[in-house]
Amino acid sequence: MSTVVDIQNLAVTFATDGTPVRAVDGVSLNVQAGEVLAIVGESGSGKTVTAKTILGLLPSTATVSGVVMLGTNDVVQVSGKRLREIRGTDVAMVFQEPSTALNPVFTVGWQIAEGLRAHGKYSKKAARAKAIEILGKVGIPEPAERVDYYPHQFSGGQKQRVVIAMALVLEPGVIVADEPTTALDVTVQAEILDLLRRCRDDFGAAIVLITHNMGVVADLADRVAVMYNGSVVEEDNARSLFANPKHEYTQKLLGSVPKLGTGLAQTQARAAARPIVEKDPVVVADNLVIEYAGRFGRPGFRAVDGVSFKIHAGEVLGLVGESGSGKTTIGRTIGGLTKATGGSLMVLGREMRGIRERDFKPLRSDIGFVFQDPASSFNPLLTIAEAVAEPLLVHKKAGDVAAARPRVNELLEAVQLPRAFGDRYPHELSGGQRQRASLARSLALDPTLLIADEPTSALDVSVQAKVLELFTELQRDLGFAALFISHDLAVVDLLADRIAVLYRGKLVEEGTGAEVLGAPQHPYTQRLLASLPVPDPVEQAERREVLRALREAE
Amino acid sequence: MTSLSSASVSPPKVAWWKRLPVVHQLRQSVGLQRGMLIAGLIIVGVFLLVAAFAPWLAPYGYSQLKDADGNFGAQQPPGGDHILGTTVGGYDVLSRVIWGAQTALLVIVVAVVLSIFLGIALGVISGYIGGWLDRVLVVIADAVYAFPSLLLAIVAAIIISGGQSNLWSGIFSAAVSITVVFIPQYFRVIRAETVRIKSEAYVESAKVVGTSSVRIMSRHVLRNATRSLPLIFTLNASEAIFTLAALGFLGFGIEPTSAAEWGYDLNKSLSDVTSGIWWTSVFPGSAIVLVVLGMTLVGESLNDLADPRLRTRKRASGTPAPAAETTVVPGGSIESAADIAHLEGRP
Repeated sequence: MSTVVDIQNLAVTFATDGTPVRAVDGVSLNVQAGEVLAIVGESGSGKTVTAKTILGLLPSTATVSGVVMLGTNDVVQVSGKRLREIRGTDVAMVFQEPSTALNPVFTVGWQIAEGLRAHGKYSKKAARAKAIEILGKVGIPEPAERVDYYPHQFSGGQKQRVVIAMALVLEPGVIVADEPTTALDVTVQAEILDLLRRCRDDFGAAIVLITHNMGVVADLADRVAVMYNGSVVEEDNARSLFANPKHEYTQKLLGSVPKLGTGLAQTQARAAARPIVEKDPVVVADNLVIEYAGRFGRPGFRAVDGVSFKIHAGEVLGLVGESGSGKTTIGRTIGGLTKATGGSLMVLGREMRGIRERDFKPLRSDIGFVFQDPASSFNPLLTIAEAVAEPLLVHKKAGDVAAARPRVNELLEAVQLPRAFGDRYPHELSGGQRQRASLARSLALDPTLLIADEPTSALDVSVQAKVLELFTELQRDLGFAALFISHDLAVVDLLADRIAVLYRGKLVEEGTGAEVLGAPQHPYTQRLLASLPVPDPVEQAERREVLRALREAE
Repeated sequence: MTSLSSASVSPPKVAWWKRLPVVHQLRQSVGLQRGMLIAGLIIVGVFLLVAAFAPWLAPYGYSQLKDADGNFGAQQPPGGDHILGTTVGGYDVLSRVIWGAQTALLVIVVAVVLSIFLGIALGVISGYIGGWLDRVLVVIADAVYAFPSLLLAIVAAIIISGGQSNLWSGIFSAAVSITVVFIPQYFRVIRAETVRIKSEAYVESAKVVGTSSVRIMSRHVLRNATRSLPLIFTLNASEAIFTLAALGFLGFGIEPTSAAEWGYDLNKSLSDVTSGIWWTSVFPGSAIVLVVLGMTLVGESLNDLADPRLRTRKRASGTPAPAAETTVVPGGSIESAADIAHLEGRP
């Protein structure tokens, strides 16, 4: 095997408004032809910066030292002209968000041909033929026709296939894939991972895979480099790294990944300890329909279509589904942010369909809401204490922020934040700390129902594990009912008493964790489960076969 | 490195005066951007000082035609008692230029104060409440936008002054006519920000709690929506001077007996230009150009500095701070990662 990328002692420093930040500090890595090297790390570990250096894509504020040999060229030293020649032919990139990586005003065929024309003479006809060929190879159906389609005419997964086609068309030796599946649903993710595997096997390309998802690593990688704070802390081949992590941080990281099935024992123990009162449900949805109004003359979009479920007092219902399945819409409707348009939705004994804000307002003190993105769910100009005190002030439980402070301190302690954090501004907290503060705010009025909309999906795994643990503890102590919305089955499995699976606005399966995850009935649930990569290369290889069989059966 | 976690998350506190809008940007800027900002600030500073101390700086009054030695005489060349000469009407040019700064400043202040409050209030309400109110207000703002602003200013000037002209009615007619043009600008900027902020999670979380619309608008939307105002403020101030000068030049300004006004002086010096009398037009003209230039420099620099993509920074030197000190990882260094609970800020 020959070495295609050789990084020696790479250091990257960014100039900022404050002191310069060293993002990458003395990294040495190499990539062999035809292998997949995964660079794993949490946000801020320098993995993306390392990968971008291979293409010379760093912004002008970066200062690079060290050597990045790509074939016979040192990317750090070469001229802009030479760099342009290398890009595309020697190294190509697959971006995280396929919908922003494609230009919306050109056809995909044109965009593929543009890469070709930049590196040699192609007639229009030849470039088009080549584009059709490559689109067929990455699994776009009817490529001869779809080469003239615009990006918006493709689904998210297909767009990512087109981006991969653009990267493959010049047959580069190395493809850098920066979180190529993070923006995609689990079932689509499995397909893209299959395609990337084929890039390696059929096209012989080496792949540098940047990801934070250990399941993806287990599925695809041959070798793994774990990065932390700008340095590589461990590097090993995939099987031995997962079986036998040596560095403390790697062990922590692997230990934090939620795994399917671990929640079962917990849930059973919880159910035994606390018999759920069946008689007065907090939320009852009966054939609930939620439509978004369409534009003039067009029919509206039906986000939720005839969904029925119940949440009993003190129970945690996990709502799982992919993007567009209507799970967030249901949560927002219960929280009174979106209107129900059909069927019936009773929240705390009040019919939500056609309810007026004035009638609903008293109920709001009984409902807590935790939002997905901790970065934007706090007013940047209020301190944490002011933000947590807001609900108390609004419902006249306290006269001003100072009067509310004792209760705020109590809440901050309940979510395990030091009192002093109350005087900080949101940007001075990390993501996990902010999400704890968000939890504190939602619990300020002692709600009987808590709606958590993907509360951990913006967090790193080690932080996610802590927040989930905290959530479980608080739920056990305070006994509120909760609707926990997530796209991640493993997360829901950890803390939900019952799981409901949504698919395209319809509820396809509902039951306890053991029922839904242990013996899924609906084919969609089966596929969803099989698509979820587990952080264990050996087991994942078996699961891949199961998924393939499942897909062929359909 | 074992107990740094909670302390290292918060940036060091900066003295309050260093966080003031313009001071903060000045400290942040480097290179050409800094030069532009400083040049602008110096010009604006000189303008403010001259306006404030006009009665002491000016050798004569703005409407003074004679002193103890008798009349000044018309169109006297620079030199002697009149350093910058006298105008066709017999006024001292230097005094008129200095007093003109005061008029200009008053117009800016009145115009901006009148338009800023109404513009912001309408923008927040229209953007937040939406619906038909929003549509009507946007249509009105667009209509005012589409209207030639100078024509509008002329009409407003005639209505307000009613043909009479003294200092305050002159200033107000100029200011109000500028206000009419400016309100839609503030309205649009604030409305656009409000519409964006309205869909932010923190506004939704306030809604979920049951916060009233008034409280959401005043506590959550307003302060976040007004962050870009210093920019519009400086850019609008320069436009205010332009409009005032244009009104004066067209003859809708303030009479020379009520106040000094650069546009009026320019208008009166039109005929001088062809007869080789340069000093009556050059000095008020350059006063207008300089002040507008200064304001625009400040405004544009603030605009560039506010955008991280346009802001230039010093290049990082060879020996930067170690990575662990400034990491953005939720937590700190590897050592403290030994206890993740600790990283997350548990006491």
